[in-house]
Amino acid sequence: MTAVETTRPVRVNHGGLRFRAFWTLFGSELRVWLREPTGVFFALIFPSLLLLGLGLAIPDFSKPMVDAPPPWNEAPGVTSYLPTIIALAVGTISLTTMPVQFATFREKGILKRLSTTPMPPQNLVGVHMVINVLALIVSAGAAVVGGMVVLGVPFAADPLVVLLVLVLSTTAMFSLGLLVAARAEKGQTASGLGMLIYFPSLMFSGVWVPLSVMPEWMQEIGLYLPLGAAAQGLTMGWFGNEGFPLAQVLVLTVWTLVLFPLGVKLFRWS
Amino acid sequence: MATPQPDAGTPVVEVSHLRKTYPAARRGAGPKTAVSDVSFQIARGEIFGILGPNGAGKTTTVECLAGLRHADGGTVRVLGQDPQADPLLIREHVGVQLQEAALHDKITVAEALDVFGSFYTERADSAELLDLLDLTAHRHQQFGKLSGGQKQRLSIALALVGKPQVAILDELTTGLDPAARRATWELVERVRDSGVTVLLVTHFMDEAERLCDRLVVIDGGRVVAEGTPSALIEGLEGDRGVRLRFADDGARDRATQLLTALAERDDDVTAAVPVGDEIEVTGTRKVLFAVVQALAAADVVPDDVRTLERTLEDVFVQVTGRQYRVEENEEVAA
Repeated sequence: MTAVETTRPVRVNHGGLRFRAFWTLFGSELRVWLREPTGVFFALIFPSLLLLGLGLAIPDFSKPMVDAPPPWNEAPGVTSYLPTIIALAVGTISLTTMPVQFATFREKGILKRLSTTPMPPQNLVGVHMVINVLALIVSAGAAVVGGMVVLGVPFAADPLVVLLVLVLSTTAMFSLGLLVAARAEKGQTASGLGMLIYFPSLMFSGVWVPLSVMPEWMQEIGLYLPLGAAAQGLTMGWFGNEGFPLAQVLVLTVWTLVLFPLGVKLFRWS
Repeated sequence: MATPQPDAGTPVVEVSHLRKTYPAARRGAGPKTAVSDVSFQIARGEIFGILGPNGAGKTTTVECLAGLRHADGGTVRVLGQDPQADPLLIREHVGVQLQEAALHDKITVAEALDVFGSFYTERADSAELLDLLDLTAHRHQQFGKLSGGQKQRLSIALALVGKPQVAILDELTTGLDPAARRATWELVERVRDSGVTVLLVTHFMDEAERLCDRLVVIDGGRVVAEGTPSALIEGLEGDRGVRLRFADDGARDRATQLLTALAERDDDVTAAVPVGDEIEVTGTRKVLFAVVQALAAADVVPDDVRTLERTLEDVFVQVTGRQYRVEENEEVAA
């Protein structure tokens, strides 16, 4: 190091520098993220493992759905479980991975440390949003490919509807995850709060009781919950025989519009 | 010292009449004034200390001047800019090492330096920095596996990676063993010698005395003393002390008689009192000469003579009227 120049500071705002720094941060965060085996397992592998495990273990899941209208009457029973597993992938990342991540950054002083640099801590949250989206693509993609290849599940009837619902589910659930992490001072607090929402959410999205046999009143409630609406919308898009999931799409949009600004507003950066 | 700068006269940091009150932490508790009136100036190229017990308002002061917290009153200028108005203006030029470790456990030393370096337009050479901070051998080690001293050194490296003009180092050596503390002190001097102005926040009296070119002592949110460590200690009122130890009781008794008589006739000697099996003689700055002459004249030879060291701790006692205790001002949890 040499003696510093005496310069009056000016705001340096090179877009290019910021952009490069963001991706440098992304690369490093991704590498560090991949070094946590438990987190990686739940975010990436758990949904596919559950799908394949149940699909192979439960006899009804391998039998064709004879009561379903063609062409679905030849598809294995597990087909109706795949959309639920995609919703599970969204829920797992947004309620177990994300809140713990963000609260831990706060707990360890990483957010505050970044506040002292030219790179605001918002970028770290942004980087992890990108990482979580990538994780979701891998996780949901693995479930779909695994279901199709191993269990013989047919592909979605309306892939674009599935994609739309998936995107909206992600925005709604990630906003919920952000809100859960907004105030927690410790990773453990955020984890507890996340779990408190995670398990009931799984129930209404058909992980414990499949949507097809879920009582009417539970489906009614599920429609208004983000992960419930996600599972229902994904199911409708996958089978394509009940029309466009308009109510579910609206519910997910409203949740996003309410939760995201709230999460951003309440989020503590130190 | 750093190369003289063209504007060496203008302070790098100016804080005047800073005030910060936090809202009540609990129902029933009143608002807590962390900083009530703090002013100081830091010149380019010096190690400036903010010294005081925990809860005195040191960290709040530093957070206000780093633009991390909004002050309720007073003004702050860092490199001529107002970090309260626009904190981003100083981010490129002020490196901060925070009290607590602030990295992922699984990030390696080299990765952390790379990432933090990418945030700045100008960046220090990583290899040089690793070398300066004695971390070259650990560059592929993960943060969570570093020792306390290594973590602190990395933390300093990250504060320097953007080639800052000012480095703020908060409670640098807390939790370090004595060897690591001394090594860290040397490092801070090397940083200053490289041209960086250092603001050192500490509750360790010895650290401030050893390292700081100038310092303020903060207590209860106010500056209670300011100056160079030696000037502050020189300015202490009251007596200096000498402790004497003798080989046997006979010699000690003779010496006690001699020195008590000396205290009565010599204005430079205030008193001679036994302390344990030693004798403590107090008086003016000439007390040592008077004692040695009196003993030499009577051919009483002490085994050991020690002048009692006066430290910043004595300065604290004098300006606050109470003993220095690190945790003194901590709020007691109800």
